[in-house]
Amino acid sequence: MGSTSNGMSPILQVKNLNVRFDTLKVLNDLSFDVEKGNIVAIIGPNGAGKTVLFRTLLGLIPYEGKIEWQPGVKIGYVPQKLSVGKDLPITVRDFLGFKNAPKGELLEALEVLGQSGHHSEHHLSHHLLDRKMGDLSGGELQRILIAYAVVGHPDVLLFDEPTAGVDIGGEETIYSILEKLRKKSNLSILLISHDLNVVYRYANQVLCINKEKICYGSPKDVLNSSALEQLYGTEVGVYHHGH
Amino acid sequence: MAINLDYNLILSLIVGIFVGAASGYLGSVMVLRRMSLVGDALSHVALPGIGIALTYKINPFLGAFVALALGVIAIWSIQRKTTLPTEAVVGLMFTFSLAIGVLVTPEPELLEALFGDISKVQSVDGIFAVALSAAVLMIMSLIRDKLVLGLISPDLAKSQGVKTDKIDLLFLGLVAIIVALGVKVVGTLLMGSLVIIPAAAAKNIASNLRTYGLLSVLFGILSVLIGVFLSNWLNWPPGPSIVLASSAIFLISLESRIQTRIS
Repeated sequence: MGSTSNGMSPILQVKNLNVRFDTLKVLNDLSFDVEKGNIVAIIGPNGAGKTVLFRTLLGLIPYEGKIEWQPGVKIGYVPQKLSVGKDLPITVRDFLGFKNAPKGELLEALEVLGQSGHHSEHHLSHHLLDRKMGDLSGGELQRILIAYAVVGHPDVLLFDEPTAGVDIGGEETIYSILEKLRKKSNLSILLISHDLNVVYRYANQVLCINKEKICYGSPKDVLNSSALEQLYGTEVGVYHHGH
Repeated sequence: MAINLDYNLILSLIVGIFVGAASGYLGSVMVLRRMSLVGDALSHVALPGIGIALTYKINPFLGAFVALALGVIAIWSIQRKTTLPTEAVVGLMFTFSLAIGVLVTPEPELLEALFGDISKVQSVDGIFAVALSAAVLMIMSLIRDKLVLGLISPDLAKSQGVKTDKIDLLFLGLVAIIVALGVKVVGTLLMGSLVIIPAAAAKNIASNLRTYGLLSVLFGILSVLIGVFLSNWLNWPPGPSIVLASSAIFLISLESRIQTRIS
């Protein structure tokens, strides 16, 4: 099926995946492979089934067809958002504690996210760990979610990009962090993206879906105007030149 | 103000401390999950159970617990099958069971069932209540994190192997146990407040989960202690005295919230 560039066995094989909610087909006969160390962007219009695909891959929804992860693979999941109201007494430290990991691993995961080496524990406490989850900015929350996901060194990261709430500057760093993580530990990343620029810049594979597979391959090869039109219809102009 | 520290008072204080602590801790999660109304409704569901148990001369705790277990299963299935707010259904259940309960509870016991009377707790019942409360506290400390993670992101919790459905049911089961116990202390009408008010007060002050849990427990205990002493001293019924005490704690905590808002 998928392109095997380096001859290794894929970390994920999906064959003839079907998901339906009652009678409504949400994913139709989806097949693709993911090679180890790749960044695969999943794109498609609203309601195309991108998040459903993630939830299915995580084993949260019943499906028909085959989802085969490489044996023993560890998956980290970065959800699009959390429901934490501003007044919830849950700090970043509390949240990271839900992972039940040794403190060293938590600090290590946080370190990956800091751009420079200024993250002494004291500094972390003051500026991050003791803050309430509900008070974090979109970008900060995302970093914490990534840190949470990479605790314990997963082999695969499923990253559901938020549609809004992250400033441009923030977004840049998120993707450079992901890129860094991939290089450092040969992490495979599946990311749901709403931004074609991100796809072009960071993904080596792109999977376009609209309930079914529209295209799959390297962004330069497969993201031609006909695929995009099939995917987004008339919205494509707005989308491509978006700010 | 001669406080008579007799055996009964000591027993009710010990029972009160344990039930208050467990109520506060459970309540801390209920408040996070916006289940305040559920707590209130559940406590009313206990009434028909107590009424039927009294009529057939069964232990009223058992009657309350069975009625609560049924109520809990009803709420759980509603939560599972729909993502709709459970409020309307819960609101209905609440008044419906109160009406049935008042009809079936024998007149002489009605007042005690509605408002409780911790001073009438017997030794055996007391030991039972202390043991159950301790068990609830222990189980809660094991599942609290999972419950909170399930609250802020069910998908994240499930992807981490947390069986959210089962944990939710277990949690509601614990709520049923504590409400059934608390009915003896403050009665069906006021039990909701023993679960909710200490946690609501703690939430006004706490800045992290650990402090929040601890303060909820502390305020639960304080409410019962102050309430029981107040009732002993002024000859008030204990149930309403306890709720007055917890309300006072809430008012004081509100002050701290207002101050943090301003600063």
